[in-house]
This record gives sequence, structure tokens and C-alpha cells, in this order.
Amino acid sequence: MADPEIKSYEPMHDNPSAAVTESRSARTVLMTVAFVFLGIFLLLPLIIVFKEAFAKGVGAYFASLNDHDTLSAIHLTLLVAVIAVPLNVVFGIAAAWAIAKFEFKGKAFLTTLIDLPFSVSPVISGLVYVLLFGAQAMLGPWLKSHGIEILFAVPGIVLATVFVTFPFVARELIPLMQEQGTGDEEAALSLGANGWQVFRYVTLPNIKWGLLYGVLLCNARAMGEFGAVSVVSGHIRGMTNTMPLHVEILYNEYNAVGAFAVASLLAGLALVTLILKTVLEMRYGAELAATRGH
Amino acid sequence: MEVRVANVRKEFDRFPALRDVSLDIRSGELIALLGPSGSGKTTLLRLIAGLERPTTGKIFFGDEDASSKTIQERNVGFVFQHYALFRHMTVADNIGFGLKVRHGATRPSNEEIRRRASELLDLVQLSGLEKRYPAQLSGGQRQRVALARAMAIEPKVLLLDEPFGALDAQVRRELRRWLRDIHDTTGHTTVFVTHDQEEALELADRVVVMSQGQIEQIGSADEVYDTPNSPFVFGFIGESSSLPVRITDGQVWIADRPIGLSAPNHPAGDALLYFRPHDIELLDGCSGCIAGTVAASRRVAGTRRVELEIGGERQRVEIELPVDHIATQKSRIAFRPSRWKLFPVKSTGN
Repeated sequence: MADPEIKSYEPMHDNPSAAVTESRSARTVLMTVAFVFLGIFLLLPLIIVFKEAFAKGVGAYFASLNDHDTLSAIHLTLLVAVIAVPLNVVFGIAAAWAIAKFEFKGKAFLTTLIDLPFSVSPVISGLVYVLLFGAQAMLGPWLKSHGIEILFAVPGIVLATVFVTFPFVARELIPLMQEQGTGDEEAALSLGANGWQVFRYVTLPNIKWGLLYGVLLCNARAMGEFGAVSVVSGHIRGMTNTMPLHVEILYNEYNAVGAFAVASLLAGLALVTLILKTVLEMRYGAELAATRGH
Repeated sequence: MEVRVANVRKEFDRFPALRDVSLDIRSGELIALLGPSGSGKTTLLRLIAGLERPTTGKIFFGDEDASSKTIQERNVGFVFQHYALFRHMTVADNIGFGLKVRHGATRPSNEEIRRRASELLDLVQLSGLEKRYPAQLSGGQRQRVALARAMAIEPKVLLLDEPFGALDAQVRRELRRWLRDIHDTTGHTTVFVTHDQEEALELADRVVVMSQGQIEQIGSADEVYDTPNSPFVFGFIGESSSLPVRITDGQVWIADRPIGLSAPNHPAGDALLYFRPHDIELLDGCSGCIAGTVAASRRVAGTRRVELEIGGERQRVEIELPVDHIATQKSRIAFRPSRWKLFPVKSTGN
């Protein structure tokens, strides 16, 4: 009875969005291009990293990781991340809080400033510290006379890393906190909570998934940063080499297994980050929805 | 607890949201702040709460000057328009929050907090929902939880910002009656903000009508409805019609005809005549009446609203007739307001 009507609707069901006019073949081509591109430029290198790392067997892989300089590089990378990430969590929350919840002069300027590390080449970021703390620079002599080493030492590497990774947490939290507004905080205040209690019991739980997401990205970048760290580290083996720098040194010495073994650790970190990021997005997509931006 | 607002002015970026507002709230009273959006009613509520500081003027709780006290020190229960329930806490934890964050000896034991929370849930008729999260509740239930949470701290004053604004009509009416019951049981001094006159008139002991950052009139539902003191209040509360008239020799004239109303105490000159669409008497002949051509007629619940065009200026007024009244068939209707009020033209800023 209703057959003709149903038929007339069928083409619509085939193509749920009437505005999408591309034919099936065009869509197939677009998708194939995307997958082939990602395969060649992302997946293939990843496979090669692991293939090269294990080229001389599992024994050689672990032996090269057990090298003194390599262990030192891993240790330094972890140390830098352990210092830089918590600092950026504190800075990030403070900056996001200020921008999202208060009105003040220079707010737009502060927002732009937060993005600065994203828009400046990391090498330049590193160079800034050399110009600031180097032997011929402004603060160099004063620091030297007080026995403080920043450049070509751990403090310099930490500073450069903090600078480069600063935006991750803040950028993640600002849109989230702006969307949530100040209603919950006002409610908590009206119930008698003090500033710390408001933060601990209300603000922090409201932003925890966004914060975790930001920390994850921040950590990945802190451990993987090359440019800025390369400029300030001085490449002292076993002393100021982080993992990415160490990979380069080993590779330049034709130690392929060693270089790719360390690289495989970084690749593994990237994979873990990616998986955690996906899990977070799947489970808390709605809460993170406001924060798509990188 | 009595609350006294004394000559309060509040500016946001030099824009005055409130201009010289004074208000005495009696202990145990249920007061409505009624006005259109932008009238400053929410600002006044937030000033009483301590969420905002007055630019000038003072706010007293009892005899105590509360102006410089923080919101925590004022001990007010505030129910937010969108409830602001803590989404990651259960209903019981939400209600207990105000007790949990207390310090030292004033903080009840966890056992006691749980007991208080379930007592309050009984009061707001949500027993058994302790373990639910706000997202699992309906709008009306969230509203009740928000109220229970505000009452948990045994506030001196209960402040509600558009308490029923986000609910549908049916739930609104139910909650209105329920809030009145709660108020009568607990006896809290309560102030609520609304733009819904029906809500304000039905619920409040006294209604504060606000417009453009000022209080227009304070009074009981009867007072603001029956004796509005300004064209704004007349127009804002209930239905109203108005016509430009002229006063000569104590008589009210429209154009060149007297309409049979005498205003002996009113100064001569131009004025505005206000009346309610239902406060009229229909007349047959017309020596001293308002006569108009029927422009439109529509059915509103149990009555019929007829729109008339009066005189050469074609001023439109609305009158209300019984549904099956014979006059609804006519094309010209003559009537005279039975209750009415005159306002000098000067004061009609609106």
C-alpha cells in the first residue's frame, strides 16, 4: 500500500546527508589517498623504527639499551619530564583560571602569550636562553660568579622544555573552564567553602579529564622535544643528553641498532600516549569536546 | 532574620545596574523580586548574597552591617538559576557539601552529615535518591536538591534566582505550591527573583516590582495588582489597556467627547487612562462612553478578548467579554471602565 512512498525515500537513506553530493567513487578515492598518505608517512616509519631496532636480534636491542650513556639519557629525559610537567600543570591551571574566570586588562595579551611557544620555532626558544644565560650574555657573568650553571646543564634543559610545553595544559583548560563558567564555584562559596576547598572539591573534579589530557600531551612533548633542548644542552654524553639528542648522536656514529632502540622507546611512548588519548576521548568525549584545537 | 538594603547603588563598568535601591525584608517573609530582564533584580539578589559588592550603600542582616562580609560569612542559602549542582557528587554529597567544608568543632561527623542529608531529602520529597548523580535527575528533582543543599547550612536567608525558570509549565506550578509549603514549614526569610508575574503574585507575601535598576512598587499581590502606582507597574502586572485622554473641569475626555468618568482631584491637561480589560461595563447608547470598532477578537480560555479601535487616532485597546456575550457579534462596542487609573503623561518613560 505504502510502497511507492517508501521507494521514493530510499535514495535518501542511501545518502544520509543530502548536502553531501560526492559520488561513491569520489569518496573512495579521497579515503584511499588519506590512508595511503598516512601509511607512507606515519605507519611505515614507525614499523621501520622497530624493525631496525631489532635488526640484530633481541639481545643486541637490550644490550644497546643497557649502555651507560643511554641509561643516563633515559634518566635525564625522565627527570626533565618529572620537573617540567608538574610545573606546567601549576602554571597552566593558574593561567587558565585567570583567563576563564576573571575579567582583567591585558587578558587578550596573556592569551596570545600562552600560544607563543607554539608559534616560535623551538630552536629559537633554545637560542633565547643561550642569549640570556650564555657566557657572553646578560646574566652569564653574574651566574658564573655565583657558581650557578644553567646553560649546558640540567636547569637549562628544564627551562627550555618548560617553555616549549607550556601551552598544552593551559590551552586544554581555557575553553573547558570558560564553558563551565563560575556557577559551581559560586555555589560552593555560598555553602561556606574557602578558596582551597572550592578548588579541591569543585573546580579540580570538573576539569580533571581535560587536565589529564593536557598532561598527557605535555608529557609526550616534554620527553620528545629536540630543537630547543639541542641548543641549550651542549650534548655532553652521559651528562646533558636527553633521549632525542642521544638518538641523533648514536645515529651519526653509525650505531643503527642503538639509535633505533632508543627511538623505539620514544615511539612506544608516543603509542601509549595515543592510546590513552583515544581512550580519554572515547570515554569523556563530551567533556573534552570544547577543547578540540590541536 | 531581617534584611535591610539601604540606598544601594551598583555599577558594572560604570553602567548602573541598580540606582539607589532601598528595601526592608521582614523576618520570615517570602518576597519576590519581579521585573523584566535588565531591571536589576538578579543583581539585587546577588548583592544580598554577597556575590557582588555594592558600589555605594549598605546591606544589613538584622542590626549587623553585612556589606563588608564575604559570602561565606553571611551564611545565606543561594539557589542558582541553573542549580549549579556538583555533577561529580551524589545527591547526598551535594546536600552535605556545606557541612563537610566546615572547620574544626563546627563540622558535624560524617554520620551526622548523612543523617542531615537524608532528612532534607525527606523534606524536599526525594527520599531514596541519595546515591543518584545530578545527571540522573529530572529538572524538577534537581531544583529540589539545589534547595535542600542551600538549606543544609541552616542559612539566615534563603535566596533563589529564577527558581523555576528552566522548568516546564506543569512542573513550575507544582513546585510553586511546594515551595510555599516548605517556606511555611521552615520559616526561612526567603527572597526569590522571577520575571513571571503569576509566579510572584501567587507565591510571595510581598512583591517588589523593579524596572531599569529601580524599585517601582513594593506591596502585596493585591496592592500591586489593584493599586499600581505607575504606568510601568500597571502595564507589567496583569493585562492592561491604556488610552491617551485629556482632563478638563474634572472630567475625562477623549478627543472631543467626555467619556463619563470624573476625576475631580486630577490636574487638568493630558493624561493616560489605564484599565484592566475585564474591569469594564458595556453600554448601549453612548452619551459618555468609549466607543470603538471591533478590529480583532480572539478566544482566551474562558473569555473572549476583543480589540477595539477608538476614535480617529485608531488607538487600540483590549476588553474582555464573556464568550457567548451578544456584544461579540457587533461591529461597534461602547463601554466604560469600571475600575481605572489616570497617570500624568510626563511620567510615562516607557
